[in-house]
Amino acid sequence: MIPGAFEYYRPRGVEDAIAILQQHGDDARVMAGGHSLIPMMKLRMADVPHLIDLQDIASLKGITVSAGQVTLGAMVTQHELINSAELREAAPVLRETALQIADPQVRYCGTIGGNVANGDPGNDMPALMQCLDAEFTLVGPNGSRAIKAREFYEAAYMTGREDDEILTAIRFDVSGAGYAYEKQKRKIGDYATAAAAVLLTRENGMCTGASVALTNLSDVPVWSQAAGAALEGTDCNDAAIKAAVKAALAEADPTEDNRGPVAFKLHVAGIIIERAIRTAWQRA
Amino acid sequence: MSKMQIKLTVNGRERELLAEPRELLIHLLREELNLTGPHIGCDTSHCGACTVEMDGKSVKSCTVFAAQANGAEVTTIEGLAEPGSLNVLQSAFREHHGLQCGFCTPGMITRAHRLLQENPDPSEEEVRFGMAGNLCRCTGYQNIVKSILAAATELNAAKEAAE
Repeated sequence: MIPGAFEYYRPRGVEDAIAILQQHGDDARVMAGGHSLIPMMKLRMADVPHLIDLQDIASLKGITVSAGQVTLGAMVTQHELINSAELREAAPVLRETALQIADPQVRYCGTIGGNVANGDPGNDMPALMQCLDAEFTLVGPNGSRAIKAREFYEAAYMTGREDDEILTAIRFDVSGAGYAYEKQKRKIGDYATAAAAVLLTRENGMCTGASVALTNLSDVPVWSQAAGAALEGTDCNDAAIKAAVKAALAEADPTEDNRGPVAFKLHVAGIIIERAIRTAWQRA
Repeated sequence: MSKMQIKLTVNGRERELLAEPRELLIHLLREELNLTGPHIGCDTSHCGACTVEMDGKSVKSCTVFAAQANGAEVTTIEGLAEPGSLNVLQSAFREHHGLQCGFCTPGMITRAHRLLQENPDPSEEEVRFGMAGNLCRCTGYQNIVKSILAAATELNAAKEAAE
């Protein structure tokens, strides 16, 4: 319950935050909504001698939909994602997913950037961002670079972000695809036993584009190219869905924990992936 | 680590104090300001007994550092009604037996207050989902839901009468 002591900083610009990161190296960390970091600090599983609160950095806020692209500032909260009318129009899958994350209080604070940068395989947004083929903007001492969500996750809590970089924005294309985020969990606020994000494009009754990604079924989010390929060019009949589920499960690698043994998780995952595909196809 | 000057408005009153940055808002409220309505029921940010309103949001004050609350406007259960009176939710929780031990109640009512600001006419399902960040060990939730729906009805009737 009681975190270790730290020096606190509340910079007003990204450059100032990066300067503090550079000065203190491993001893410094940025904090967004604080709803993963503070719990870890309270358990003393994270020791952060220099804590950089990003709440005053205006450039990290805001939802923009323009020229067929959605741009989300890293500090946009889950609550804001859910309540944005333009996002509901442009990418309804974000709202569907965010409503399955945590609980109201946590959603007022927790941010999209924190969710995707955290690196915990339990977080829901990373697989969704892979499904959407989103791109993350990272800003560091040498400027800014972009990295695909599909290339960002290396292992549990290990990502492509360098210690002196800040994830500032998330960008993806608006699409009219049918969508679904299906999540099996033990109760409100729990990380998924298994969850799946699916986007399907339908033209003349045929699936012309498919993207399938899995949450908490490996030490990283899993985007299954093979599952998408099994659906593309079909009319999403039972056989195609079965093949897609099989392809996705082949890439899942869950570990046993108190959500269940591996065989159970794979069984649950199969059902969840199928449901997500069927729902997305209905909406396509 | 040195203490820092924290200035915040709590229940309409400006307060200034010294706190270590790592001090949690719940401890600042309870131990420095003696507002002991908000409670601590867990150390993993699940239970919501510490829920207060901060800058128009329901937050779990066990997951906010004092330093983050610098400059914020905070309302606790103690600030929801005029002294000596009850607000609509407080009356409804009493009327509909929405509490037993009372430990979750300050967080429940503070959260319900914000829920009804955002959704003045919620369905039962919306109340249950909107209160899902608050655990209760005594009531089984049924009467809490009733209390909140009753408060909503009363607030809406009052609003209609005023128009």
